[in-house]
Amino acid sequence: MTVISMNSVHTPVAPQDGTQPMVSFRDVRKSFGALEVLKGIDLDVMPGQVAALIGRSGSGKSTALRCINGLEKINGGELTVCGRNLRARDFELRELRKEVGIVFQSYNLFPHLTVEQNVTLAPRKVNGLDAAESHALAAEVLEQVGLSDKASSYPEQLSGGQQQRVAIARSLAMRPKLMLFDEVTSALDPELTGEVLRVIGKLAAGGMTMVLVTHEMAFARQVADLVVYMHQGRVWEAGKGTMLDDPQTVELRQFVGSGL
Amino acid sequence: MLGVSLDQYGFLVQGAFWTVVLSLMGFVGGTIVGLPVALARISRGWFLCRLSSVYVQFVQGIPLPVIMFVVYFGVSIYGFDVNALVAAAIAMTLYSSAYLGEIWKGCIQAVPKTQWEAGECLALTNLQRFIYVILPQALRIAVPPTVGFLVQIVKNTSYSVVIGFFDLTYSAKILNNATFKPFVIFTAAALIYFAICFPLSRYARRFELRLHRRNA
Ligand SMILES: Nc1ncnc2c1ncn2[C@@H]1O[C@H](COP(=O)(O)OP(=O)(O)O)[C@@H](O)[C@H]1O
Ligand SMILES: [Mg+2]
Repeated sequence: MTVISMNSVHTPVAPQDGTQPMVSFRDVRKSFGALEVLKGIDLDVMPGQVAALIGRSGSGKSTALRCINGLEKINGGELTVCGRNLRARDFELRELRKEVGIVFQSYNLFPHLTVEQNVTLAPRKVNGLDAAESHALAAEVLEQVGLSDKASSYPEQLSGGQQQRVAIARSLAMRPKLMLFDEVTSALDPELTGEVLRVIGKLAAGGMTMVLVTHEMAFARQVADLVVYMHQGRVWEAGKGTMLDDPQTVELRQFVGSGL
Repeated sequence: MLGVSLDQYGFLVQGAFWTVVLSLMGFVGGTIVGLPVALARISRGWFLCRLSSVYVQFVQGIPLPVIMFVVYFGVSIYGFDVNALVAAAIAMTLYSSAYLGEIWKGCIQAVPKTQWEAGECLALTNLQRFIYVILPQALRIAVPPTVGFLVQIVKNTSYSVVIGFFDLTYSAKILNNATFKPFVIFTAAALIYFAICFPLSRYARRFELRLHRRNA
């Protein structure tokens, strides 16, 4: 293997002041059958930080993200999220899901429910909110994503950008400690990406801890405290957004140059 | 009218009433048994899945009149005196549960997997996901094929004639024996069957078109 670059490039590790990282990958490995997709990932995301995963299609970004909320089980290494070791014996997946929100490229809203019902289903059923509480909660999170006037619409009546903002509101309604975004603007027409990115930017400014997979380089550079370039199932380069101006590896230089 | 008296047509209508009763019993019974069958078919448990699959294949592999015979005569051997209505209702229940179970299994599976995943990511339990996310969507998908299958149920109740259950077909047979006007009587019976089934298939078709337009 020619991963000499791995030695020269440092993955930021937790500062020594005792704060625990919100997400901590230690030599995390993940295979689908014989195909090893994550080949030893090391990564720390501190509370309040925004980490952007970038890299070519197939480099393992989505898989890494899905491991964080337990949608994929890791095969090796240690993964700690919100203080829970995902490989511990007493690990409870549902407890993790209450604290970690995830938004997908394809929104995945519930088509048979109104926007408000989409947003309040989990708070009511999982957290036991009553009608009045959940109504107020819906108003609050829909306001956050700028869709206060759409509470009684159905998903099919909304534009893609609006649907994606509802999906974000639905996650926020669980009051997560950590938000994951997987290429949430990739399915949108260019003129609709702005409204979604603005919502995410606002969340970041508000101190939400986030890990996002994105192809929007300008956005990553702007909001991310930590940019992580993944290549062939490894963290190839990681650092501040300025890293993109001065790539240390040929792969990242090519990736940045290709304008992806 | 056409050599058949109004009273005699009334006799046919009486038979039609019992056809509707038996159809409803078959549908209700088929639902009560078919829903668990559908759930077992999609369950991750190996045993439940196998068991329900064997049940469906077994029932679907036997002609309905034979099921009628087995229930009617088979059960009375063990000392239970089943009347024809009960036997026919049990047979229709067996028959429709196997088909409805299979239809509904398909409807549940037609709900995109990403919907399960979305529910999972919101910390909903398996049961909550099924009840609040999957089932409402599956029901919507299920309406056209279920109403369509109702037509099959109505038509297939006519097989209960083999165990002497008094329904539309049976009443027509009796009437024919009394009047020797087979063409008139069986045409009348056919029209009544059609009058029951046609609105159902129309409704199923309309609903299907509406769904397609929604998804377009
Ligand atoms: N559920 C799965 N089963 C098998 N292979 C998968 C699965 N999910 C992802 N992969 C494979 O893992 C690799 C990385 O995929 P992914 O994490 O989606 O990459 P990215 O998000 O960076 O495009 C790809 O080769 C992909 O085909
Ligand atoms: Mg991906």
